[in-house]
Amino acid sequence: GRGGRDGMNGSEVWMGLGFGRDMSWTPRAVNVDLQTDATLQVDISDALSERDKVKFTVHTKSTLPNFKQNEFSVVRQHEEFIWLHDSFVENEDYAGYIIPPAPPRPDFDASREKLQKLGEGEGSMTKEEFTKMKQELEAEYLAIFKKTVAMHEVFLCRVAAHPVLKKDLNFHVFLEYNQDLSVRGKNKKEKLEDFFKNVVKSADGVLVAGVKDVDDFFEHEKTFLLEYHNRVKDASLKSDKMIRSHKNAADDINRISSSLYTLGTQDSTDVCKFFLKVSELLEKTRKIEARVAADEDLKLADLLKYYLRESQAAKDLLYRRGRALVDYENANKALDKARSKNKDVLQAETGQQLCCHKFEKISESAKQELVDFKTRRVAAFRKNLVELAELELKHAKGHLQLLQSCLGILKGDT
Amino acid sequence: VCVWGQAEPLNSNGQNSLLEEEEEEEEEGEDLFTGSLSVPLVLSLSRSLSLSLSLSLSLFPSATEEVSLDSPERDVLLSDGPSPVTPPASLISPHLPHNHLYTHCSFDEMEEEDTPDLFDISILVSDPEKVGEGMNAYMAYKVTTQTSMSLFKSPQATVRRRFSDFLGLHGKLATRYLHVGYLVPPAPEKSIVGMTKVKVGKDDSSSNEFVEKRRAALERYLMRTAKHPVLLKDPDLLTFLECSELPRALSTQALSGAGILRMVNKAADAVNKMTIKMTESDTWFEEKQQKFENLDIQLRKLHCSLDSLVCHRKELSVNTALFAKSAAMLGNSEDHTALSRALSQLAEVEEKVEQLHQDQAGADFYLLAELLADYIRLIGSVKGVFDQRVRLWQRLQDSLLLLQKKRDAEAKLHANKPEKLQQARDDIRELEGKVQQGERDFEQISKTIRKELFRFEKERVTDFKEVIIKYLESLVQTQQQLIKYWEAFLPEAKAIS
Repeated sequence: GRGGRDGMNGSEVWMGLGFGRDMSWTPRAVNVDLQTDATLQVDISDALSERDKVKFTVHTKSTLPNFKQNEFSVVRQHEEFIWLHDSFVENEDYAGYIIPPAPPRPDFDASREKLQKLGEGEGSMTKEEFTKMKQELEAEYLAIFKKTVAMHEVFLCRVAAHPVLKKDLNFHVFLEYNQDLSVRGKNKKEKLEDFFKNVVKSADGVLVAGVKDVDDFFEHEKTFLLEYHNRVKDASLKSDKMIRSHKNAADDINRISSSLYTLGTQDSTDVCKFFLKVSELLEKTRKIEARVAADEDLKLADLLKYYLRESQAAKDLLYRRGRALVDYENANKALDKARSKNKDVLQAETGQQLCCHKFEKISESAKQELVDFKTRRVAAFRKNLVELAELELKHAKGHLQLLQSCLGILKGDT
Repeated sequence: VCVWGQAEPLNSNGQNSLLEEEEEEEEEGEDLFTGSLSVPLVLSLSRSLSLSLSLSLSLFPSATEEVSLDSPERDVLLSDGPSPVTPPASLISPHLPHNHLYTHCSFDEMEEEDTPDLFDISILVSDPEKVGEGMNAYMAYKVTTQTSMSLFKSPQATVRRRFSDFLGLHGKLATRYLHVGYLVPPAPEKSIVGMTKVKVGKDDSSSNEFVEKRRAALERYLMRTAKHPVLLKDPDLLTFLECSELPRALSTQALSGAGILRMVNKAADAVNKMTIKMTESDTWFEEKQQKFENLDIQLRKLHCSLDSLVCHRKELSVNTALFAKSAAMLGNSEDHTALSRALSQLAEVEEKVEQLHQDQAGADFYLLAELLADYIRLIGSVKGVFDQRVRLWQRLQDSLLLLQKKRDAEAKLHANKPEKLQQARDDIRELEGKVQQGERDFEQISKTIRKELFRFEKERVTDFKEVIIKYLESLVQTQQQLIKYWEAFLPEAKAIS
């Protein structure tokens, strides 16, 4: 079926999507509730994790006439997604839209390091312990892999769902051109340029934000977004920490289970049965706890991270509008000055008209975008919070049942 | 004070000159204890010697019956070298106040009777109260004993005790009973850091936790001691539980459980370093020692993992609380009303979950981790009594050797010097008595240890079973609460529109 192969450490680790295991994760629309449009459906049907890169198979189904076929696939790497995103950001025509945030870079470094360390320490632990830990690390790797696929897919789906962006030429090239786009990552010089650009932008952003908006809607949005973004950032960090502690506790339970097993096998008294049974129980409950942490990660942490990026994109939109407003006001001032001096009036007039047009265009679409943003956000939170609660309940009930049945057996024994 | 025998100097072959029947200088001046023989030496007695040993033993019928030494056919491996430090006289026989004449025999009697009274006693340690100020302050605990046993003056007794009182009690019990093979439960450890915090008046969660930890430990200590059928009858224990005024225990540092154990263990270490390889006639002891070694290792490993779990659960609790606050803030800034409410509800759920984690960490600790810590220390006591038995065996061997030497010497003396002959005969008689006593002691300690271990294992099984069930029940409660909280939240989440 669909799968990817990781050739690291010489061992084959199959990473795939949807091969029948218990997965509370669906590849599509993790953090956004999007209307899938029959005219253009995009998904990532496959992915391959190689030593230092991930290859995504982007699969498109479309009835649009501009595509050569109705269904086709290409292979893309992370840099090509970034190229597409950046092309949207740099396009003046799209200044009035919330540009779907770029997916984060696939980062397997930590997981890889752990697997490497495990390989080195193989001699110092028992065979069972080694196999157990290897399985866990592989599961972790798989989870990260699935997440990065989901992030990249969500980006494409957002673009495909946007009434204007879906028609973008670069997007179509991205989807259809079956050769390498030859988009190389930024070199050092370009990265440095980017860095300075950002510094200038944030300084400018502060200036622009300081300008009070006549429009109440936008003024409110500005204040709201600023605060919201910061709080989402905080919540995202704290949820990460919480989930990490949860995972640590689950790991301890694993070790305890092993110790109890050894105790049980060594003990010749009555209590050995207790040790063995509890060891078995803890083995199972640990799996549940790990699942709880993983689900919290997906439904809560990822949700918050996504809206951190989206709220940033929304802030960027407001910045662009603010910038346009400032430009418009400056153009007005320039026009007045030109008129008073009666010099270069026509030039000033066209300039002012351009700025006005730009500003109004942005404002119009921005309003709709921000309203849509709210709708999307509310829907996504609702979906994920409901699923989070349902999963927590499911796991807690399963956990409870295990505990009660074990207690029943042990109590009946005393 | 007993004087243990002195070994013969060794010749160049590393063999005891006894075998070669070479010079038999009585090294009167040489002190075994300071002898610097560090190389473990293996002596193998020839058959003839071991036969003669058993012959001499047969002169004392009572001795032979009780001796659990090897049959003469077996080689006896001895190693020579400095004996452990002579223990003070009080360790040789149970040292009791005058009005109680306990001998080995009466110990036996007591055990065989097996308390006609039903074992019914409950001891609670509660209400820690700080007494005094500054560095002289201390915590006083209320000790309540409820019992129907006739041993006690009244069915209920309440006294106030401080930590050093507990240590004093333990010190007395240890000096009295450890060396004859009784497993005296170790007292809780002293903690300078913990206590200083309390004295200085830091009223924060860590010093409260410390006091609670200590209170629970003291309670477990008393219950465990009281459960011991022999220790329960000890007058000092009864005084401790019943008398309102207790003489202040002095120099508890020396008498603390750790102190006594250290002393016992130091001697034990000296023994181990010389690798006394005692020929075990009784594989039971060998087996048990190995078992307890393994158990010790596993319990320590488990304790380590449990500590880690407690730590991480506490961390989880803290991080959950932080997240809850953050979620509440997010809910506040969210401008969609229903979502805002749901986020606040989420924050509330997480706050409750934080408390759950905190409580669970408490159960992890007080139920499991402390039990394991107790047993790790108890096993220390077990090792101690095993070592004590080996030490007694060693003494016996030394006495036997010396006796043989004296006899040989006497045989050579006979005609020439009548006074010396008499002296020699007197010495021999004294030594024979010593050998007898040594055999009795060894026999007794072996018997006692067997009984003690049997009781210990039974108690261990009960303790662990009980605690495991309690722990599982705590886990059940946690999950039930979790279900309640999330069930309450679900409709709120669904209500977002």
